[in-house]
Amino acid sequence: MVKNGSEILVETLVEQGVDTIFGYPGGAVLNIYDALYKNSDRIHHILTAHEQGAAHAADGYARATGRVGVCLATSGPGATNLVTGIATAYMDSIPMVAITGNVGTSLIGRDSFQEVYIAGITMPITKHNFVVRHVEELADIVREAFRIASSGRPGPVLIDIPKDITSAECEFVPGHKVELCKVCMATEEQLRTVAGMIEQAERPMIYYGGGVETADAGAALLELMKKADIPSAHTMMAIGCIPDTEPLSLGLVGMHGTVSAAWAVERSDLLICIGARFSDRVATNPRRFAPKAKIVHIDIDDAEINKNIGVEYAVVSDADQFLQALLPYVQPAQHTAWREQIAEWRRKLDYVPKDDDSVLKPHQVIEVASEMAGSDAIFATDVGQHQLWAAQYGGRRRIHQFITSGGLGTMGFGYGAAIGAQVACPDKTVIHITGDGSFHMNLNELVTTVSYGLPVITLVMNNRVLGMVRQWQTMFYEKRYSSTDPGRKTDYVKLAEAFGGRGFRVTNIAELRAALADALQRTGPVVIDCVIDKDERVLPMIPAGGTVDDIVAD
Amino acid sequence: MEKYILSVTVQNNAGVLARVSSLFGRRGYNIDSLTVSATTDPRVSRMSIIVQGDQAILEQIIKQLLKLEEVMRVDHLLEEESCCSELVFVKLRAEDGGMRDDIRQLCSLYDARIVESAENSLIAELSAVPSRIDAFLDVISNFEVLEMSRSGVTAIEK
Repeated sequence: MVKNGSEILVETLVEQGVDTIFGYPGGAVLNIYDALYKNSDRIHHILTAHEQGAAHAADGYARATGRVGVCLATSGPGATNLVTGIATAYMDSIPMVAITGNVGTSLIGRDSFQEVYIAGITMPITKHNFVVRHVEELADIVREAFRIASSGRPGPVLIDIPKDITSAECEFVPGHKVELCKVCMATEEQLRTVAGMIEQAERPMIYYGGGVETADAGAALLELMKKADIPSAHTMMAIGCIPDTEPLSLGLVGMHGTVSAAWAVERSDLLICIGARFSDRVATNPRRFAPKAKIVHIDIDDAEINKNIGVEYAVVSDADQFLQALLPYVQPAQHTAWREQIAEWRRKLDYVPKDDDSVLKPHQVIEVASEMAGSDAIFATDVGQHQLWAAQYGGRRRIHQFITSGGLGTMGFGYGAAIGAQVACPDKTVIHITGDGSFHMNLNELVTTVSYGLPVITLVMNNRVLGMVRQWQTMFYEKRYSSTDPGRKTDYVKLAEAFGGRGFRVTNIAELRAALADALQRTGPVVIDCVIDKDERVLPMIPAGGTVDDIVAD
Repeated sequence: MEKYILSVTVQNNAGVLARVSSLFGRRGYNIDSLTVSATTDPRVSRMSIIVQGDQAILEQIIKQLLKLEEVMRVDHLLEEESCCSELVFVKLRAEDGGMRDDIRQLCSLYDARIVESAENSLIAELSAVPSRIDAFLDVISNFEVLEMSRSGVTAIEK
């Protein structure tokens, strides 16, 4: 049947399983929005306040479901406003398809109104991008974009569609949802080698990251840990793969990880890294990371092998496929002395913050929110101190439950991401944990939660300063608080009400509990201003470039 | 720092050169030269790239290139196991007869041709493997080099 480009776009999106997209209209996408209007029963379009919010929402949708998130923006500023959101998804390997309109083909290259070369701009922050030059290519480009976004190591793909293509017509042949090619299995020799290294190790340790979440490999990983008696620690991208309540789980590893995890990595004689990439926030000093260990690296992306750290042995594979295949080769083992040593570190060295119900201690805010929201709630964070507190004390129990910008560290990510998660999971409680710094970057998205009746609960960990940068200034710049104490006077209760939501201000645990109890009953957004002390720090901390010897814990 | 020759087969799409050069820029890899040329298949182009680095950087460059959707294959070519050649033009100041003779003599030693002879200058042309061009440029620099232009390498596996 003959269809125009906009109809073909809608048809192929539906064909690829898309039922929700996040976007913002404009001149270059008028035809696409017209097709969306006519197909509103098949694709639910969520209008955000700003295109950046749409990109983060598509990202949050993807993280909450494991499916491809889709965002749509017009040419020029609409497209450039997506950039931070695309880069955020790229750094965390999140499957996303970003669609931008562009000026008509005859106007391209003439610095036309709202023209920008978004394909060039997004080249280094996408897995791939396309400029559609003929309407006949459009359907296959959309299919290819979904294949690329979700296969192998996932990531964002951008499709730029000039306006004339959206109205040009051609014959449309319906297709199918793209099949994903499974990434190569490990060879028997590789499995035997890794199993042999595990068997010979006396102090084995596992460090895992987002690849375990993407592959949903938590169950297989836990089986391996139990079978061969190997403790593990995880990056911020892998919260919930294995509940931190598991005795063999040492929690977060890295700059703000647990002290016991840092020592276990330091003293291990075999470190198995699964689906992680030795980033500078984990391998704070790459030359002295796991200095006594043979390192085995399992990752789906061959280019990660030997990128940041040279490793002893590597297998390029999907984490779950690898672990499933490895398990039969692994001998049951007990590392009693090693486990006891780690237990001692946990008892003696791990940082335990002190409770104080008369004020709001950051860890207690997170713990209370975690308890009251229930074990099925989704946390979406912004970036800064509150993000680390949420990561340390949030205690998520399954994947897709902790949504955070790990790689790019995008302040302003959280609210858009929470919107995406809430749209994806209307029956789940979504808690947006933010700071007063981050929230100010994208709080305009309150219009979106109000318009669509999304009951996102925002906890503003309000210390009235830009806390994480200030913490570094405290520790490394002799308290020269350059531009981190802005003296803002925002009234978050009035702010929430001005947008049409509900606000609370709380200063102790009892007030927080009351406000949360109220918020959890509501059908629209709530902002809870949680007043905390500006000198609260994220601890423990290994300074950039440091090692276990440099841990700051008080 | 070693020099490596990479032969990269890519889909001949608009923007593929930008994509490859953007990758090198982003990752901080040093390109000595990069040429793009046609192959027998109009849908496919060949890039010949000389990069500087060590073994670890070379491994990363190859793997990162292979992640690009439009890169079809990457071959690391060794100078001795491949046909590779580069073209250079050198414009030299040559005023008196003795100097001109010295230059001609040196050029013939390297099989370089004098392709242009003006009153005060000569232009020499040499097509050879990059290491021989480096050697030629090294000795010719004893004369006054006014300008120099290298084509970048083009290479094919034996």
